[in-house]
Amino acid sequence: MAQITLPKNSKIDKAAGKTYKAPAGAKNVRVFKIYRYDPDTGANPRVDTYEVDMDTCGPMVLDALIKIKNEIDATLTFRRSCREGICGSCAMNIDGTNTLACLKGCGDVKGEVKVYPLPHMPVVKDLVPDLTHFYAQYASIEPWLKTDSPAPSRERLQSEEDRAKLDGLYECILCACCTTSCPSYWWNGDRYLGPAVLMAAYRWLVDSRDEATGERLDQLEDPFKLYRCHTILNCSRTCPKDLNPAKAIAETKKMLVERKG
Amino acid sequence: MTAKPSPGSNASRPLSPFMLGQYYRFQISSVLSFGHRLTGMALSFGTLFLAAWVMSAAAGQDAFDQFSACARSPVGLFLLLGWSWSLLYHLCNGVRHLVWDAGYAFEKKNVDAGGWIVVVASLLLTAAVWVAAYV
Repeated sequence: MAQITLPKNSKIDKAAGKTYKAPAGAKNVRVFKIYRYDPDTGANPRVDTYEVDMDTCGPMVLDALIKIKNEIDATLTFRRSCREGICGSCAMNIDGTNTLACLKGCGDVKGEVKVYPLPHMPVVKDLVPDLTHFYAQYASIEPWLKTDSPAPSRERLQSEEDRAKLDGLYECILCACCTTSCPSYWWNGDRYLGPAVLMAAYRWLVDSRDEATGERLDQLEDPFKLYRCHTILNCSRTCPKDLNPAKAIAETKKMLVERKG
Repeated sequence: MTAKPSPGSNASRPLSPFMLGQYYRFQISSVLSFGHRLTGMALSFGTLFLAAWVMSAAAGQDAFDQFSACARSPVGLFLLLGWSWSLLYHLCNGVRHLVWDAGYAFEKKNVDAGGWIVVVASLLLTAAVWVAAYV
């Protein structure tokens, strides 16, 4: 059932937000509005306002978050690691769309920079969502090479054309930006696999070396796992790696039709 | 397999904000997708209207005249306008869905172009229907 409001314990307490002013004399100030939730107090989430002097800050939203944590408020909690768009840790909702904080320039946002955790997820703390279910769904598609034929004495070879079929699929870093941008996933995420996991499933479906294609398609042929995709296309639009999960899902649906003959 | 995270921990956790418009930006792709749903629902109600019209014709001249008078009232015309646009939008966007189901037009540029084509085409077709009805 489509849920259109937040549960009581998740509503943002507008009065509770704190403001951290920029140091006197700062000339180039940007305002960051950041979602805060502290599990230790259990109080409802709030939005804190941080004024950051951009003359002493790097260009990306992640730079600003790190500066806030280092210099303004050490309690701000978020995931980050590689700061170059390959680990997927700093996925969050910035300026109304999901992206990686390390790839999003503060200059690409007009006005206040609003930062929220990935949408419709249980929040562990501040900008850190619980991705346990997302990872369990990924494991459920068995994302590894499955074969029945005996292992050859050397690598399983692949033609250049077959290898090219994996381009645009294998680059996914599982940041969950697409999956948590999908209204279908918000409302049926308990059973719908979501764009990231479905694209990973397709990556193994089209791998010429994989011998479990039929079994994989059987697993996906389900009203919820696959067919809750209604081609809303928030996924492909928001992918920070410019991949196209919606297309992979459409190709999977095509494979299911084609095998019926 | 749909393993849920242990309920003991997540039961107390807040749900992060998600609502379209307020926290997640409206984009042409999602707006037109919801439009497809909404026009679909409008068409269901419009079908009741159509059934009532046919039934009034079966019930005789008086009932039919009465129904026609209602349909020609400003409110009736407004509903008919909405219904005809819903039908044509749903038709045009349905064709877009067929194109997607065939695996085409998934690039962002083409998604946006297709969306605008559907919006403009549905408006032009609606205008054409009403011009045809009154000229």
